[in-house]
Amino acid sequence: MSAQPSAANGASALAPSGGACAGSDSLLGTLLEQGEPAGSSGWADHPPRKGFFTDTSLCIGCKACEVACKEWNQLPEDGLKWTGHSHDNTGGLSADSWRHVAFIEQRVAAAEHQPNFERAPAAGGEGKDGFRWLMSSDVCKHCTHAACLDVCPTGALFRTEFGTVVVQQDICNGCGYCVPACPYGVIDKREDDGRVFKCTLCYDRLGAGQEPACAKACPTDSIQFGELDELREHAAGRVEQLHERGVSEARLYGESPDDGVGGDGAFFLLLDEPEVYGLPPDPVATTRALPRTWRNVGIAAGALVAGAVASFAGARR
Amino acid sequence: MSVQSENGRSAQPRGGGGRKRRREQPFDSYYGHPIVREATWESRDIAGYFFLGGLAGASSVLAAGAQLTGRPALARPLKLGAGGAIHLSLVALVHDLGRPARFLNMLRVFKPTSPMSVGVWVLFAYAPAATAAALGELAGTGELARRVRPLASAGTAGAALLGPAVASYTAALVATTATPAWHEGHREMPFVFVGSAASAAAGLGLLTAPVAQNGPAVRMAALGAAGELTAVKLLERRIGMVAETYHEGRAGKLMRTAEALTVTGVVGALALGRRSRFAAALSGAALLAASACARFGIFEAGLASARDPKYTVQPQRERLAAAARSDAKAQA
Repeated sequence: MSAQPSAANGASALAPSGGACAGSDSLLGTLLEQGEPAGSSGWADHPPRKGFFTDTSLCIGCKACEVACKEWNQLPEDGLKWTGHSHDNTGGLSADSWRHVAFIEQRVAAAEHQPNFERAPAAGGEGKDGFRWLMSSDVCKHCTHAACLDVCPTGALFRTEFGTVVVQQDICNGCGYCVPACPYGVIDKREDDGRVFKCTLCYDRLGAGQEPACAKACPTDSIQFGELDELREHAAGRVEQLHERGVSEARLYGESPDDGVGGDGAFFLLLDEPEVYGLPPDPVATTRALPRTWRNVGIAAGALVAGAVASFAGARR
Repeated sequence: MSVQSENGRSAQPRGGGGRKRRREQPFDSYYGHPIVREATWESRDIAGYFFLGGLAGASSVLAAGAQLTGRPALARPLKLGAGGAIHLSLVALVHDLGRPARFLNMLRVFKPTSPMSVGVWVLFAYAPAATAAALGELAGTGELARRVRPLASAGTAGAALLGPAVASYTAALVATTATPAWHEGHREMPFVFVGSAASAAAGLGLLTAPVAQNGPAVRMAALGAAGELTAVKLLERRIGMVAETYHEGRAGKLMRTAEALTVTGVVGALALGRRSRFAAALSGAALLAASACARFGIFEAGLASARDPKYTVQPQRERLAAAARSDAKAQA
């Protein structure tokens, strides 16, 4: 694969997806590589990997990220409706919502630490007499081993020089394979359009040296953008800090390069189990089992031939 | 910290027997929203294609065998069936695209990491071969037939070589998704699909060929059905609580119908298929219907497993717990 033009050029036409053997590189990338996905995807000269660290302990649920994303990316309106689910009237990530703020209301023991709020007045007695509100801005994870990208049969999904995963809208033919392939259920088909859409980590803004719209708009720095290595370091420090303050439930999600997707380009600090936020507890790139699956496909195809031979060899007439 | 979500508690299992109930652990979800997304594919197009593609691929194999062993009356309908089925398949596949006019974008790249990409290239080679084989049968016996014979023979051979790939790659396609009922069964799915394809092709042979030449179809039906039923049972055992999705609702109805029709078809074929033309045809029709029901059933089970977050969360939780246990053991 030829050398790619480096950084500071956001044009998707320069993406390393046209090569006829794009897939074999990406197969090796999926199975062997860790860390720098841009390099293993054929970018000879690329900037450090960029990503998001979303610190949900700082989120105030203002939804500025959702609005900024819709504005900047000119996403269509997708329903103005009341869900009855706390302040969440977006529902989830979709083709038309690339940031989604989740709101979770929980009964807790008032005596315990509540990071987002003043301690609720004790209602007397013991047990769950207090209340806490968890808020978290969800986004595409830009996986190190991205199943959506692996299974895309047209090369529309590609790895940018920043290590992010982006759909080329002029290539996508709406086959929909990436939709069930994503272990986080992020990428989605826009029904009236036919193609799939998701967060680009503002590829156009990155190309111009700007931070993504959501991070720019976040008033509390709950959404932090930067070089992934630095974000991971900072996040580890933040967890330590919270633990020292007694927020023992603080944990990082998606930051480890050893997890099932090789680490997320967009990772989180959570205050409860991932599934409480609608996140899978142990996501695995769906293509990780593919070598074994292909082997069994081969054996099954061989069995079909063997079965046919046996059917004819044994038949009298 | 002891917390209890106000939102979607999926902790209460719905229905189910006592055994199931004990195995379900309570877990939280975000207002019961799905975690993974269900496939956006139309079941008529894509489950329909899994059936037709399997039928075509296995029919080409059976047709070549029939031709080689001097059973033209068995070979002919199988070749015509394969040719017809694969063209219907291509129509369904293009129809299901969000942008059908861009179907040629599939040929921009070849990606072994994408079963769909591999499948497109397999079909790109298989469809012309199956078409040539079918056209050879339609050419009759005159001068035209003599002229097209080399092409038709090459088509028959090519389709037989590629048929097994056409019949089996779709298993990798569904298994390489985050859909629990499909992905968790990725080891067994190829055998389910190939068994179903084999019994469908045998069914077509039984439906159309005279009893004097349908011997191999009877055997193929028995082998295919035995393989499929065994593979389904193994798959259900492997995937644990996710197997519910193969037993409940629409998927459950379809899978039960498929099993009943398969057993009926095989027993009918083995008992009467070589003697009664009528019984053979009836058995063949049952096997074809069984294969279609199984494909739609597997498709529906996948959608159901993606819709309910418990099928995503619980297997992953169990995996994490098992990993923690083995870590603890390694340290001890």
